Amino acid sequence: MKYIRFLVIGLLFGIVMFKSQAVSWYRIFEMFRFESFHMYGIIGTALFFGVIIVQTIKRRQLKSRKGNPILFAPKNKSVPRYLIGGIIFGLGWALAGACPGPMYVLIGNGTFSILIVLLAAVLGTFTYGLVRRKLPH
Amino acid sequence: MKILDFISQPWPWYVSGVMIAFIMFLLLFEGKNFGMSANLRTMCSMGGAGKIADFFQFDWKSQRWNLIVVIGAIIGGFIASNFLTPDQSIELNSKTTAALKEMGFANPGKSYVPEEIFAMERFLTLKGFLILLVGGFLVGFGARYAGGCTSGHAISGLSDLQIPSLIAVVGFFIGGLIMTHFLLPIIF
Repeated sequence: MKYIRFLVIGLLFGIVMFKSQAVSWYRIFEMFRFESFHMYGIIGTALFFGVIIVQTIKRRQLKSRKGNPILFAPKNKSVPRYLIGGIIFGLGWALAGACPGPMYVLIGNGTFSILIVLLAAVLGTFTYGLVRRKLPH
Repeated sequence: MKILDFISQPWPWYVSGVMIAFIMFLLLFEGKNFGMSANLRTMCSMGGAGKIADFFQFDWKSQRWNLIVVIGAIIGGFIASNFLTPDQSIELNSKTTAALKEMGFANPGKSYVPEEIFAMERFLTLKGFLILLVGGFLVGFGARYAGGCTSGHAISGLSDLQIPSLIAVVGFFIGGLIMTHFLLPIIF
């Protein structure tokens, strides 16, 4: 039952994402048209507190529940993989109106055609694994 | 009952923002990282993709906790949709609604997702199926190429003040803007 905490965290995530309408295709469309502050407010608030949380953990060297140091792996410095990968992701995000987290939440909503999006996302991930050596990173 | 009525309204952005930061904290406290697209790679490994590409050769069982988060998110979506959200309309900017109507969307904001993309009879047509397929494929491919998605880069990475995450988020927006302003009007 050590996984029950993660079930609760996921449950909370699902409810928050649904109740704040961040799983709505329309909200993503509206965001990319700069016609609503809503999504920017969500990400901005999360970041404001996120930065405080992470910087506090780092400076005070806070420990996890098990007493281990909480580590943050620095990402490899590069531009092409983040920029090109990011653009490809953004194209899909605005088309399907869902990033990976909301996809799962929408299954719970009964939007069953999101299963095609999810399967295609698994296929996209698989394809990346096949061709990654040929891509600039 | 009053509490339920209170919860049943749409939640303001600041409540959601605080909760997302809190969820990230809970995962850090458990010694994990907040990143939803990593599950897509785990699913590939579970399906035996490690035999075909070494990118999928890792101990996917160490990622089981994240799959449990996914199951929680599905249940959370079910609870929120069926018990906590009696009114599922989205109050959109009138300009957004007008633009959608021009593109041929019949009832913008009437429900969470447009019927023009997600209704069952749509994905039985080639165009409808391709929209879902291509959208999902780009999300999965791009997220792994960029090394993360909205949760991994825009929330976790930026909270850690990582420049690579900032580059990725700039990329997310370049792609999103191209799709929304140039491609969607052609597709619809």
